[in-house]
Amino acid sequence: MAIRVQLEDFDVGAELERLAAGNHGIGGVALFVGLVRDMAGGETIGAMELEHYPGMTETELERIDAEARRRWPLEETLIIHRHGRLEPGERIVLAAAASAHRQAAFEACHFIMDFLKTRAPFWKKEETPGGGQWVDARSTDDTAASRWSEKERAAE
Amino acid sequence: MKILYFAWVREKAGVSSEDVSPPAEVTTVGALMDWLGGRGGGYTEAFSDRKMVRVAVNHAHVQADHPIAPGDEVAFFPPVTGG
Repeated sequence: MAIRVQLEDFDVGAELERLAAGNHGIGGVALFVGLVRDMAGGETIGAMELEHYPGMTETELERIDAEARRRWPLEETLIIHRHGRLEPGERIVLAAAASAHRQAAFEACHFIMDFLKTRAPFWKKEETPGGGQWVDARSTDDTAASRWSEKERAAE
Repeated sequence: MKILYFAWVREKAGVSSEDVSPPAEVTTVGALMDWLGGRGGGYTEAFSDRKMVRVAVNHAHVQADHPIAPGDEVAFFPPVTGG
């Protein structure tokens, strides 16, 4: 149950260690780390600039986190998202969910990333040989997020 | 009312934020977009493709029919691309 929006990198091992420390009710942690790629749509990416909406970003990540905790029995959660200029290979985002059993951890981690992709106010601008280009939102991200509401409806 | 612009909407508008006092008949997000875009230049360009502009009022995603009030913080931006 922690949200961090920061310029600096994070240490995955240290975060994982801290997340589970002292809580032996945790049977598993699912953890996703997003990285900057060096190619997009056939173009070489030199770096990317991640802009965000300070204030709303934190609010929206907290909403996503709260929704994940409402849906699954989670012991701990952590969302870290970086902003600013990032080069290929750098870490952008970390989402982690810890639970007594793996299914809740896997599903909650997946849910957090799908909702973060479509709700959290971040925008990527890629530096390419042809100049700066704003990344277009992908309809597949909307489809990925909507899957969770379908699943919920199907379960009712 | 505080207006914020992000990403290419900000670049087209030419400003990142401004304080505005729209006329009393501007009571929804959609009407606010018409009024802001009606000021010409970069503002018109920023709102020229309304389907591509998303809106948040007081840090929450909303649709064009959402009401607005003096004192609100209204942000305009493209579909988000984080993660």
